[in-house]
This record gives sequence, structure tokens and C-alpha cells, in this order.
Amino acid sequence: MSTLTYRESQLDPARAIYDHTLLSGDGWTRELKQGQTLRIVDLEGNQSADTLFYSATDWSDRYSAQDTIRRQGAIYLTTGTQLISSEGNTLATIVADTCGRHDTLGGACAAESNQVRYSLDKRPMHNCRDTFMLALTRWGRGAAKCDITHNINFFMNVPVTPDGALSFADGVSAGGRYVELRAGMPIIALISNCPQLNNPCNAYNPTPIRLLIWE
Amino acid sequence: MNTLYEETLPGGAMWSWRLRRHTTLRITDIQGGANVGFMAWQSEHPSNRLNLPDTLKAQHTAKLTRGHILMSDMGHALLSITADSTDWHDPLGGHANADAVLARYGPGAYQEKRNDWFRNAHDLFLIESAKHGLGKRDMVANVNFFSRIDIDPEGAMSFHPGNSKPGHAIDLRAEMNVLVVLNTCQHPLDPAPAYAPRPVHLAILDTPPPGPDDECRNHRPENQRAFTLTERLFL
Repeated sequence: MSTLTYRESQLDPARAIYDHTLLSGDGWTRELKQGQTLRIVDLEGNQSADTLFYSATDWSDRYSAQDTIRRQGAIYLTTGTQLISSEGNTLATIVADTCGRHDTLGGACAAESNQVRYSLDKRPMHNCRDTFMLALTRWGRGAAKCDITHNINFFMNVPVTPDGALSFADGVSAGGRYVELRAGMPIIALISNCPQLNNPCNAYNPTPIRLLIWE
Repeated sequence: MNTLYEETLPGGAMWSWRLRRHTTLRITDIQGGANVGFMAWQSEHPSNRLNLPDTLKAQHTAKLTRGHILMSDMGHALLSITADSTDWHDPLGGHANADAVLARYGPGAYQEKRNDWFRNAHDLFLIESAKHGLGKRDMVANVNFFSRIDIDPEGAMSFHPGNSKPGHAIDLRAEMNVLVVLNTCQHPLDPAPAYAPRPVHLAILDTPPPGPDDECRNHRPENQRAFTLTERLFL
């Protein structure tokens, strides 16, 4: 296990302009103004908050996992990570993190990838991509499946070994740990609070997350 | 394997092909040290497209080599890596845009350099994809064939020099009709100070369909299920 670095936030939840608990299996979409701070709290531990970001004015300028990890020269996200868009813009910066490491290689679960990963009869089960598609369709503005790209899995631990294996390790998160992001430009945040029941990463028990926003 | 078509693609150039099901694209690194940025979509329905996170997590790998398949976001096998002399191809590093190429190599305008101008993979992906009606929203995370990025225990990424030798080749067998778009720009983490992208040789081969004992089909149970979902498209 590598070093994990933690940074706590000084922001007071009592002064947040928004405070919402998002149940597992639900989606959330919200526009953030430049400079606003979003905190995502893993209320019970090892829950995956599957998250995408977009420019508020251009769907095609969107979170890019490859640009983000290459720009910082490291595959794990934590305090100081700039979330880079496909057009090279800084969508947001991680400004506090009491979990220490977040994944952006593993992507989201989908009905079809669940069939591939677990068994062909898993197709009817709820999954993050369905949540993303419903949230984008409801949000409107012409969003479509092609706008769902490779997301961040906040609170998930997916280490890469030196010989190039990808493992889904035990979580490094716990109840009450959080990550905070400051918007670097007007952005849309899209979150699926992961409903996955097939993966031991969340002890087969999806749980709520809390979302707070400060000016 | 009958060669249906072949050509040499210079460094810093782009190319695309609608690969017919069960034909194979063989890419050969002529000089060693080539990099091939690569994206793929189902020809008929490009919303069904290469998904590297699904590809990697289903096969428990952070590199690509023989036996692996490139999966779509709909659980299909787009392409199978049926042969590979390099053993490690990069699915993590992405590609550079015009700003990054300018910062790395300095100015390389067409006005000055003509055909030796400095190209960037971002623009070449957009141009070549646009020929097939695809736009920015259709772009996906790309593979970099012939390049290797090492990951240390802290997660730091570093370019692995000398990964691909002269004559190294990779075979990609299409498991459905697949649109491939590629370019030969340098890897974005290649520390070489000079703009010197390398050429590759491209060949389209007529190959047999994968049988029940196919190596890529049987690489993992996940691959077998991806093949099953793919073959359902052709019932």
C-alpha cells in the first residue's frame, strides 16, 4: 500500500448553501458556479460515488480521466488533483480529502458490463450508467449516451500493480470520510450513487452519500 | 492469412478503416519506438464504442497484450488481440493536444515546415473521425499501441523507453464490423526532446472466425460472456 495523504476542510456544514443526502441507486445533477465548493461525504464507508463533470456551456468539453492522470503524472486522485477536461480546461480541483485516494480507471457499472463481469442474467439489475442516462435525459439540453465518458469513482481503491494488473482492493474509505472539490469554471456535476450489489468493494451494501455546497 | 490490403503510414499521420467482421488489422512498428493512438466504434452504430475502463476491469489488467479483447460499453468484443510481439500496450496515457505539442517540441507550423509540421493526436482524431460523421462527443479514451507506461506503488506514471523493437507487430481481429481511427503521433509522455514520430506498416488480413477454442474467447470467463453478447448481434 502506498502513502495516503489527508487534508481536512475548514468549511462549516452549518454555513453550506446546499445540504442533501443522496440515496444509493439515485442520480444527482447540479450546475456549480466557478469558485463554489462541493463536498461529497461517504456516510457509511466504502460507497462509490460515480461522478462526471462537464463545462456548463458545452457538453463536448467534459471530464477526461486520461488527461487528468497524465497531467498530474499519477493515476490516483487526491488533494491537489486538477480535474482536466477533454479540451484541456481545469473543471475543478480537489481541495480537501480525508479518504486519501480515489479511482478513475474502473469506470461505471452498466447493465451490459455487469453481464460480462458477473453473469449474463445480471442484465436487469440497477447500475450507474442507467442512472447517468436518466439524469442526463432529464437534464435535457441535448445530452445523450455519447456524453457519458469515463468517470471518477470517489472512495474506491483500484490499484495497478507494477506488472500491469488491475486489482479491486479493499476500500481505504470509512464512514464520514469526504472529498471536496472547488469548481474552476462553471460546470455541471453528475453523480450516480452506485447501486452495485455484485462487487465486494462496498460489502454488497450500497449506502447513502451526503452532498454539501458552499459559496 | 491472405493480405487484402497494405500500406505504410508515415509518422505524425492519421488513418481509418471500416474493418469487416473477422478480418484482422496488423500494425507493424517498422523502426521501433512507434506509437499508435487508437479508437474504435461499431461501424453501424457508433454509440457502441470502445470503453477502456470496461475493457480493463473485466480482464483485471492495466495493460493490453495477446489474449485480451477491446470491449465496447455495451459489453461486446470489438477487437481481439490475436498476436503481439510487444507484450505491453498502453491504455492509460491518452493523447496530446496542440498546446501540449507546442510546449514539448516548440513551434512547428505548416507555413514553415510543410509536410514535416508538428501534428497532435487530438486534432488528428477529430479530423479522421469527422470523415465518418463523428464529432467531439464521440471521442473515447484511446489506446497507445507499442507504448508502455509504468506505474509505481505510489501511482506515479513513467514512460518506459524501448518498449517496441523494429518489426514488432500486433494483430487486431474484428469481432463485428468496426470503425478504427488511428494516428502515429508520439506518446504524450515520451520524453524525447525532438518531434520524431515513427512510421508503421498497416495490413488488412483475411482471417478465420474464432472457434470454440479461440485464445481470446477463453482468456477469461468475462471474455467468453463478451463473445456471447457479441455473437447475439448476428443471430
